[in-house]
Amino acid sequence: MTFEMLKLAAAGPEILVLAGTCLILMVDVFRSQGRTLTYWLSLLLLFMGGGMTLLTFGEHVGPALNGHFIRDALGDLIKIFIYLTAFATFVYSRDYLQDRRQLKGEFLVLGLFAVLGMLVMVSAGSFVSLFLGLELLSLPMYAMIALDRNSATATEAAMKYFVMGAIASGMLLYGMSMLYGATGSLDLIRVSETLHRMMEGHAGQEQLVLIFGTVFIVVGVSFKLGAVPFHMWVPDVYQGASTPMTLFLGTAPKLAGFAMLIRLLVGTLDPLVGQWQQMLAILAVLSMAVGNVVAISQTNLKRMLGYSTIAHVGFMLLGIIAGNPQGYGAALFYIIIYSLMAAGSFGMILLLSRVGFEADLVEDFKGLNDRSPWFAAMMGILMFSMAGLPPFVGFWAKWEVLRAVVNAGQLWIALVAVAFSVIGAWYYLRVIWFMYFEKPRDTTPLIPAVDMGVMISANGLALLYLGVFPSSLIAVCLTVWGVR
Amino acid sequence: MSLPLLSSIIWLPILGAGTVLTLGEHRQNLVRQVTFGFAVVTFLLSLGLFTGFDPTTYAMQFVEDAPWIPSFGIRYSLGVDGISAPLILLTTFSTVLVILSGWEVIQYRVSQYMAAFLVMEGVMVGAFSAMDAMLFYFFWEGMLIPMFLIIGIWGGTQRVYATVKFFLYTFLGSVFMLVALIYLAYTADSFNILKLQALDHIGLNTQILIFIAFMLAFAVKVPMWPVHTWLPDAHVEAPTGGSVILAAIMLKMGGYGFLRLSLPIVPDGSQYLSGLMIALSLIAVVYIGLVALVQQDMKKLIAYSSISHMGFVTLGTFAAFTALSLGNRSAAVLGMEGGMVQMISHGFISGAMFLCVGVLYERAHSRLISDYGGVANTMPIFAALMVLFGMANSGLPGTSGFVGEFMVILSVFQANIWYAFLAATSLLLGAAYTLWMIKRVVFGPVANDHVAALSDINRREFIILGVLAFFVLLLGLWPAPLVDMMRESVGHLVDQISHSKI
Repeated sequence: MTFEMLKLAAAGPEILVLAGTCLILMVDVFRSQGRTLTYWLSLLLLFMGGGMTLLTFGEHVGPALNGHFIRDALGDLIKIFIYLTAFATFVYSRDYLQDRRQLKGEFLVLGLFAVLGMLVMVSAGSFVSLFLGLELLSLPMYAMIALDRNSATATEAAMKYFVMGAIASGMLLYGMSMLYGATGSLDLIRVSETLHRMMEGHAGQEQLVLIFGTVFIVVGVSFKLGAVPFHMWVPDVYQGASTPMTLFLGTAPKLAGFAMLIRLLVGTLDPLVGQWQQMLAILAVLSMAVGNVVAISQTNLKRMLGYSTIAHVGFMLLGIIAGNPQGYGAALFYIIIYSLMAAGSFGMILLLSRVGFEADLVEDFKGLNDRSPWFAAMMGILMFSMAGLPPFVGFWAKWEVLRAVVNAGQLWIALVAVAFSVIGAWYYLRVIWFMYFEKPRDTTPLIPAVDMGVMISANGLALLYLGVFPSSLIAVCLTVWGVR
Repeated sequence: MSLPLLSSIIWLPILGAGTVLTLGEHRQNLVRQVTFGFAVVTFLLSLGLFTGFDPTTYAMQFVEDAPWIPSFGIRYSLGVDGISAPLILLTTFSTVLVILSGWEVIQYRVSQYMAAFLVMEGVMVGAFSAMDAMLFYFFWEGMLIPMFLIIGIWGGTQRVYATVKFFLYTFLGSVFMLVALIYLAYTADSFNILKLQALDHIGLNTQILIFIAFMLAFAVKVPMWPVHTWLPDAHVEAPTGGSVILAAIMLKMGGYGFLRLSLPIVPDGSQYLSGLMIALSLIAVVYIGLVALVQQDMKKLIAYSSISHMGFVTLGTFAAFTALSLGNRSAAVLGMEGGMVQMISHGFISGAMFLCVGVLYERAHSRLISDYGGVANTMPIFAALMVLFGMANSGLPGTSGFVGEFMVILSVFQANIWYAFLAATSLLLGAAYTLWMIKRVVFGPVANDHVAALSDINRREFIILGVLAFFVLLLGLWPAPLVDMMRESVGHLVDQISHSKI
């Protein structure tokens, strides 16, 4: 083993983030008054990490760190959006947390460690590094949710998330151990090669182990994504956690979960594709059904968005079960757009909240058009985009998945998916209804912080712009899969 | 081609909407004037479609083509022919009138109101001129959001129920069309509508399924019985301008969809289900006509009358199959032309009737027939115009309402005498419900103090109604320019549906 095999340059941005986070942690310890220096340093670090990934996009492709780290274009693309959504989370949360004197260094540093965990997950080259990244993502998040220690619901949410997350990690680990036992390797590429050989040889006894391993891995991944029937934690945690935490939870980790799905199922377990495709198909349809139908009766906007997340995850899984690069590219595009929309939606809840007032009920948006037409329009864009209506990019995200499904010959699934989309449109319409057709109950003038207002506006306008000119992002999402 | 005419007609109003929104709420009169300016300029640009139109060919004209989403081969492709050009003119013309009609009555969020109508105008013209299936769908769905907001913000007491019903109904129908379009594009390896029309060798069962998918979208839009129930609510609760745009143009989208997509792409499927479509059209004509007869609310009455008149459009379109099966091509062409003329004429007439009701509502704040009586005594000029439009709605020869209905009845008569008999009852029923309403509202002695206090229409309202009256009479007495414009395209369409694709 030589030093060259480590190929540290490929993991450059991750090393930067690690070093930067440790530095920020030390700076935060010794700087007592005001937290804004830590905040700006965190933003700077995310910007630098994202910038470095963008500048070296597509270079250093291949395994690094003795095979535990894989750098490729797909990973780079997902990582750029992880940096972007984490950046948005910090910007959206700053004002809210400062008002409540909760902008502690712990929040920012834990968030940065979670980002690092996500980056490691996305580039995982072995079961060990994948699990390491997953835990590095999850443990800080449990702590972040519990930071709000004066809130009983937050503590409950943290407990629920911790217990469910531990079970999920356990399932995943169990599945990984079965695959290790069957193939004798932890390296994802080598496991995949061994599985190919084993499937060709039709080794009977080992097949059962493989199927068991696949099932446990699918279960673990579905827990993390929040697919039915492993979705129970999503509404409770989304509602119970304080809104900045829900924002963080609902955006970047979904991208990382998607990457985990890809690395494990599409990449490693490719020889067993027939097995997990069927499982995912059932999960997808159930998720769309449960998510869309139960969201209708929700009065708490965060809980409603939690159920809508379940529905969106189901839709995204449809792209995966299409089984070809067009489908994977569609699912990638979908999850990226979803994370942008989720960031904006929770950001709007943060925008409307003030000291002593949490704007997490749908009712709190009543008459927003009278209070602030611009931000009502931004929320309108977010809601219509989530519902999948043109001219916003949410339409193209749904469309691309539908196209992949139809072209793969699964017409009935496409029809079921669009039927559930129409059912789902109702609860987004309700938000629009409250904003535009009702008089405001709360007539406090809405004056958000400048950075928040600018970022939300950019978020909303990006959805409109990408809706009219989606071609470049769509093309990138397809190119990373090798499609034209 | 110096100026891309179609793109200008589409994007200029949308640009105008952005301008108007930035003007904000504090300069309401400026907002109105700027909107009116944009609407008028768009209308004048669209006249270029009329003057520059070549009626001797059925090929697409004013074509524009540019890449949009190269990864899937979706292109920004526009073009018009004899079917879409008159509809675009109707759109730009109606928008000018609607902007004028909302001048005084809309006081809340004027800039958003005007912006919504400008966006609607651009999007509707886009839907009529799109030559790429995904561009068409983009504009088709894009109409939902402005209409949803127009009905919901400026509508009547039950507006939320009406607008949500409108949205979900239309959305549900449209998504099945989306799946069908994706499937067709996969088969044809292109999203271009002309290439989809040229698809051959599609099995009958596949054609029937595709036709049903399209039908769900278009039948809801037309609207056809029994998926028509959203329309009376939407029309009644919408503000006057919204009702006019809904009736005059959005309903025509459904008819346009049948002509542009269903018939050419799946002619055998259309022919197989044409009996069903004719039956639904006749139910719309007769049954809905009877429903209109018992309405107490003027707007609801006109809404049901709209459904009944749109029944003629679908009747003319699908009776063409019956005519063709008897070998009578000229009857098929006549029926389709009649359906198209009916679309344009109905745009004028129902638009005018909704504007008349709007005039009355602005003054007396009631749409109930029982609250009026003897309006002619206090509003003679208005009464004259309203009676003219009522006669046109009944299908009086000399007005545009007669031309379309007569052409359709003539064509259907050659196909099947019973269809013609049922269709002709519309002349009876139309006269019955319209003239009875006119009689109760306009004629007779002054019924109550509210009517006595009514003031006649001012200059702005007179211009709106007068211009509409002019076109109703013009089209009724001299429909040749319109029919000449569409002749080649309709003939080509009839040829397309005569060839089996199985």
